[in-house]
Amino acid sequence: MEIERKLMIAEALREALEEEMERDERVILIGEDVGRFGGGFQVTHGLLDKFGPQRVIDTPISETGFVGAAVGAAMTGLRPVVDVMYSDFLTCCMEPIAIEAAKIGFMSGGQFSVPMVIRSATGASHHGATHGQSLEAWFMHVPGLKVVAPSTSYDAKGLLKSAIRDDHPVMFFEHKQLYGSRPVGGKNPISLLDELPGVVVHVPEGEYLVPLGKAAVRAEGRDVTVVSYTLMAHRAMQAAESLAAEGISVEVIDLRTLVPLDIETILKSVEKTGRLVVVSEDCLTGSVASEISACVAEKAFDVLRAPILRVCGADTPLPFAPATQGRIIPNQHSIAAAIRSLLNRGGQA
Amino acid sequence: METLSWDKKDGLSKESMLSMYRRMVEIRFFEERLYDLFRPRGGRVALPGTMHQCNGQEAVAVGACEALAPDDYITSTHRGHGHCIARGVPLRAMMAELFARRTGICHGMGGSMHMADASRGVLGTFSIVGAGIPIAVGAGLSSKFRKSGQVTACFFGDGAANTGAFHEGLNLAAIWDLPVIFVCENNLYAVSTHINTAMRAATIAERSAAYGIPAYTLDGNDVFAVYREVSKAVVRARKGEGPTFLECLTYRHLGHARFDPATYRPKQEKEAWLQRDPILRFEQWAEQQGMLAAGELETVREQTHREIEDAVAYAESSPPADENDPFTYLSYCCSGK
Repeated sequence: MEIERKLMIAEALREALEEEMERDERVILIGEDVGRFGGGFQVTHGLLDKFGPQRVIDTPISETGFVGAAVGAAMTGLRPVVDVMYSDFLTCCMEPIAIEAAKIGFMSGGQFSVPMVIRSATGASHHGATHGQSLEAWFMHVPGLKVVAPSTSYDAKGLLKSAIRDDHPVMFFEHKQLYGSRPVGGKNPISLLDELPGVVVHVPEGEYLVPLGKAAVRAEGRDVTVVSYTLMAHRAMQAAESLAAEGISVEVIDLRTLVPLDIETILKSVEKTGRLVVVSEDCLTGSVASEISACVAEKAFDVLRAPILRVCGADTPLPFAPATQGRIIPNQHSIAAAIRSLLNRGGQA
Repeated sequence: METLSWDKKDGLSKESMLSMYRRMVEIRFFEERLYDLFRPRGGRVALPGTMHQCNGQEAVAVGACEALAPDDYITSTHRGHGHCIARGVPLRAMMAELFARRTGICHGMGGSMHMADASRGVLGTFSIVGAGIPIAVGAGLSSKFRKSGQVTACFFGDGAANTGAFHEGLNLAAIWDLPVIFVCENNLYAVSTHINTAMRAATIAERSAAYGIPAYTLDGNDVFAVYREVSKAVVRARKGEGPTFLECLTYRHLGHARFDPATYRPKQEKEAWLQRDPILRFEQWAEQQGMLAAGELETVREQTHREIEDAVAYAESSPPADENDPFTYLSYCCSGK
C-alpha cells in the first residue's frame, strides 16, 4: 500500500520539472530568478544545483527577448519551459507568444513546431492591480495556444508533465495563492490552504500524467452544475458543501484545461442538472466564463431550465487592500448566492 | 561607379563568384518579375497581398549567405525574398507561395511576408519588425546548447534598431556569448521615416557597442565586403567567441511596398544610390578584373530569366490553396481544439 504523500502545488510542480528534465535533456528552464533564487514562487528551488546553468537559465528583465528566444530555441531542437513570474508580465511579451509561438506552425505550412511551455502565476493578490490579474481569456482567444490551469497538486504535476511533452505551445497558469511555496527567509502564512482541503493532495511517487483537455468532476450533484478552475474550483466546492446543508445538490466540474475545452463533460452534466453557473476570477467582460457560457448556450439550450449565470471578477482593476476586494473577487458566498437565485426562479422543477 | 573590394585572400573560387552573381541576379529578376505581376490590369491585380521588394539590397543577402554552411540558420523580415533566394529556397516554391498555391513553400498559408524553409534553416521571414531578433537569439542558444557548431544570421533593417526586441535580443546574445551574426540592412528608411528622425546615434553600429558586441559598418552594396565580414563573424561565432554586429549600408531602389511611390525620398539621393547598384558594380568589376567573361555573365542572366518564367508557369499551373486548407495547418500549431 502506497504511503500517502501530500505535496504542496509548488513542490509538485518542482517534481514535474525535475522528472521531465531527467527524462529529456532538451528540456531547459528559462526566466527571471528561476536559477539562483529558485523561482519567484520557489517552484524551481534546487534545479540549478542539480542541472547546471546551461539548463536552468536566469535572464535579465527582458520578457520579449527571452520569450522570443524560447520560441527560437523550441523551433531548433530544444523544449523550453519559460517562467513569466506574474501573469501580468505576459502583457510585456504578447508578440512572441500570440504571434510567433502560436502561429509559426501554421504560417510555415507545418514545417516547424514550437514545443514550449510558458508557466505564469495568475490570480488576485494583495499587491495591487499590476500583480494580480487573471488573463487566461486573452490566451484562450489565440488559435494555436493551449491553456492549462490546475487546481490541485496531483493535477499540477501531471498536467505540467503533459504540457512539457506536448509538441505545441502551452500556457500553464498556476494560481499564486495556491502554491504553498517553501518560505524564503521568514515564515510564509499558508492560511488559504488551511481552509481549502482539496488543494494539497496525495501525489504518487511513480510516473503518471494527467492528460490535457480533460475536466474533472469534483463533486456529483443533481440540481445545478458549477464549472470553474484553479482557486475558484475550490470556492465552488466550499459553496457546494454549504448548499448541501440546505438540501441543494451541486455538481462541481474543475476544468483543469481551458483550451482544448472539455465541452463533453460539461454538456453531460448540464443534461443531468439543467442549470449552469460558470465561475472565473477574471473580469466579467470577455471572461473565461463568458466563452464557456456561450458554448453551452448554443449546444444545450433545450435542456437548460434556467439562464446560464456567470460569477466573475468585477470589471475593475484590482485595488490593493484586502478589505477593498470583497465586491471584486468571487468567493464561496457569491457563488452560493448565484446558485440559489437559479433555484428560486419559481415554476421550475 | 565605385569598384568592389575583391581580395584574392578571401579565397573565393571563380565558381563561387559566379554563383554569387547568379544569386544576386535571381533576386533582382525575381523581384522585377513579381513587381510586374502586381501591375493592375483591367483594374485588377493578379496576386493577393503585396510585396516588399528588395531591389538594390541583393549584395547583403548574397554576400552573407555565401558565408554560411548549409545547416546554419537565418531569420529574415517582411523584405525577405532576397534572403530566401540567397539561401537557395527554390524559385518555384517561392513564386507558388506568392500565387497562394498548395505547392508554395508554406502551402499558401504564409504568403510573401511569412516565408520559411526548414530544410534550409530559414526559420522565417518575420513581419513584426524586430520579432526575428529574439528568435535568432533562441536559435543561437539552441545551437550552443547542442554544441552543433551552427551559427545564425539575423537580418533586419534600420527600423528594427529602435524596437525593444532589438535591444533585448542583442543584450541576451551578448551576455550568453551566442553564435549569432546580426546583419542590419540600413537602407535609411523605415517606410517613410528617415533614420535621422528616428535616432540620435550617428550609426546603428555604435549601439551594438553598448551591449558589448563588436560592430562594423560596411558598404552593403559590395558583395565581397559583406562576404568577408560575415565570414569573419562566422569564424568568431563557431569558435565560441560570441555575436558580431554588421551594419550594411544599402538602399532600396523602389518603395517600401509594391504601391508605395516613395515620394518621401529626394531624387538626388535615389540617383546617387542607383549609381551604387550592387549588380552593376559587380559587372563592372568583372569586366575590369577580367576573371569572369562578359559572356559568362550574360549566360547567367539568360538562364535566370528562363528560371523565373519557369517558376511563374509552375505557380500558375499549381492547384490553389482553398478554404479547407487552413484547418489542416491548424493542427501544426495545436493538436486540435
